[in-house]
Amino acid sequence: MSAITTNATTTADLRETVTRAFARRKMQALAVPVLILAYLVYVFFAFDVPGIAGRMRPDNAAVLLSDFWSYKTHVTRDNRTGEVSVAVEGERKGTWPPGTAPDWVTLGDETRVALPDGGRITYIPDGAVIARAGFGTIEVHSTGRAIALTLPEGAAMPDWISASNTRVNISGEGWRFSMTKARTETFRYFPGWELFFFTLDSPFHGKSVGELIALALWEPRLTPAHSNIAAMASDFWNNAMWRHGDVFAAMGETVLMAFLGTMGAGLIAFPLAFVAASNFAPARAIRLTLRRLFDFLRGVDGLIWTVILSRAFGPGPLTGSLAILLTDTGTFGKTFSEALENIDGKQVEGIQSTGANALQRARFGVIPQVAPVILSQLLYYLESNTRSATIIGALVGGGIGLLLTQAIITQKDWEEVSYYIILIIAMVMVMDSLSGWIRRKIIKG
Amino acid sequence: MAQAETLPSMDYMALVRRKRLYGGLILIVFIALMASGFDVADARNAGGFWNGITHVFDFPKEILSEAARDWRNLPGFLWQFVPSLIETLNIAAVSTLFGSGLAVIFALLSTRGLALWPRLTPVFRRAMDIMRAMPEIVIALVLIFLLGGGPVPAMIAIAFHTTGALGKLFSEVAENADLKPVEGLQSVGANWLQRMFLGVLPQVAPNWSSYALLRFEINIRASAILGFVGSGGIGYDLKTSLQWGQGKYDEVVAIFLLLFLTISVVDHFSDRARARLVKGGKAA
Repeated sequence: MSAITTNATTTADLRETVTRAFARRKMQALAVPVLILAYLVYVFFAFDVPGIAGRMRPDNAAVLLSDFWSYKTHVTRDNRTGEVSVAVEGERKGTWPPGTAPDWVTLGDETRVALPDGGRITYIPDGAVIARAGFGTIEVHSTGRAIALTLPEGAAMPDWISASNTRVNISGEGWRFSMTKARTETFRYFPGWELFFFTLDSPFHGKSVGELIALALWEPRLTPAHSNIAAMASDFWNNAMWRHGDVFAAMGETVLMAFLGTMGAGLIAFPLAFVAASNFAPARAIRLTLRRLFDFLRGVDGLIWTVILSRAFGPGPLTGSLAILLTDTGTFGKTFSEALENIDGKQVEGIQSTGANALQRARFGVIPQVAPVILSQLLYYLESNTRSATIIGALVGGGIGLLLTQAIITQKDWEEVSYYIILIIAMVMVMDSLSGWIRRKIIKG
Repeated sequence: MAQAETLPSMDYMALVRRKRLYGGLILIVFIALMASGFDVADARNAGGFWNGITHVFDFPKEILSEAARDWRNLPGFLWQFVPSLIETLNIAAVSTLFGSGLAVIFALLSTRGLALWPRLTPVFRRAMDIMRAMPEIVIALVLIFLLGGGPVPAMIAIAFHTTGALGKLFSEVAENADLKPVEGLQSVGANWLQRMFLGVLPQVAPNWSSYALLRFEINIRASAILGFVGSGGIGYDLKTSLQWGQGKYDEVVAIFLLLFLTISVVDHFSDRARARLVKGGKAA
């Protein structure tokens, strides 16, 4: 009798505990998303997300996007001297030689600029005449102090003109015109990255791919001193607009930072890891001190190391690689000593039984066991540090990271920014597959 | 017979010799690379290595002596910078949350056997590769230009990179998941979402959370660095104090201390939590 009642009560108890456990589970399953949601709501206001709409710069986005896929050519007249110059992106390095211009610009007493929508802008001595297709002729005159705008008779002020006493802006599909007292300027937009391969002063500018191949292979030399293909390579490499040579040197610097930092850290951490591993440590006190040192190196973090080191070594790639080296010595010291603690003692014993000394035991009993772990760690960090080196380069002033931040800070050369971003991504991906390939080769073969 | 016995050992010796030769060659190339690399880096650096090494402790000494002189200010500064520290931590936490959420989707869509559209797995993989390769600073700086300052650009930038990095790891974990529960669920008519949620997620959740925690540690550092480049948080305070220079070094020390303590504490607890997650509750 009594046995059955206990049984019944235990069943009832069990049922109750199970039901309660289920209820708790349900609560938990519900509580986690609710907590996360509450946190996100808090962050939404802490980060002032509603205020972003006010701070957002859609015009910047437009500039960035159009710069990314197109370039503009400026036709500028200095209103004081009357000199007209044609320049890609308005830069001195992209200026057409005096007296030459692209085919849509007619130089002469009155400079004429053909517009893509069929209109034409003529620079007259005291202003400009803009013939806009489907609208009529607009005249802009500089009358002593102010700039006066004359619309065709009967026309209302369209929204693509903005005019004040000091400045007139007119924009159209693929072009823009602006006039101030100092200068009269027309911009025309074209797709692509102009002068990417050759600048205007290179004899190879404006040639088609077929012509270039012909020049490289059999046509006579354009410059007597060098063969065409060497001249082409040098013109490309020393391109003043895109600076390919400098950019690639900067990428090399970034990879160098990652390589020196990672491998140097590995070289320092490897012997130290033996001292910090519990099964090799000569003394407990030394082991614990080293462990704390590793924790310290890691905890101080690359940012602080970068700040401290750049005071001593100045800006440059060496500072960056030392910052990587210090942080990663901490990381490697920890992971390597953990790997050493996890080795199989039997192999070491086996070697010992043949009469090997400590060094031989380490060489033939320990290193073969930990080498794959250590190598794959090193290679993994080499890849990940290439990315870190880009960021550290921006802080210490070295490598592609520096070029990138400089280009972004000027806020106008977005095509260069895009070029650098593409190169950085390619660089990291190449390092990724390279380290993966070596890892597979070494660990399997 | 005698020949047959000597052959393998000769083969073996030749193999060993060749291996040693390769090993030696690789070592020489490696040493040459390190040495010449060091030379190049040294030459391109503003200050040389041998010049600078004697001055390594100058700056720490300077800031520490100033902090020691004005040690009474330190607690106040520590307290003063807590809000920016919280902002830095928030950036890291939110970007880890969003990043791991997106990484789950990308990982499931790019894992063989689980993908909703098996043909598109290479597309998602490449997308993750690109996200992983993108350094945070690139996106952060571009977004600062578009959105103005503040923590949001840093948050998006870190989340973007996190998606790629975690997505790859998540997908490696999911690849090893047992497919039987998924098949069982499919046989009772569960749709893709239900199969993933009930069949895969319980298997991979511990490993995924462990990776996400590790990412959180990394993202705290990234968020501090992005602040330095101009996106709010404690990194920004560090930059302004450093630019001020002498006279504000006690602030610099306070920020260093806060950063160091935070990173150490978070590392410590996440280490323990990860050990528990992966080894199943038995670790301390």
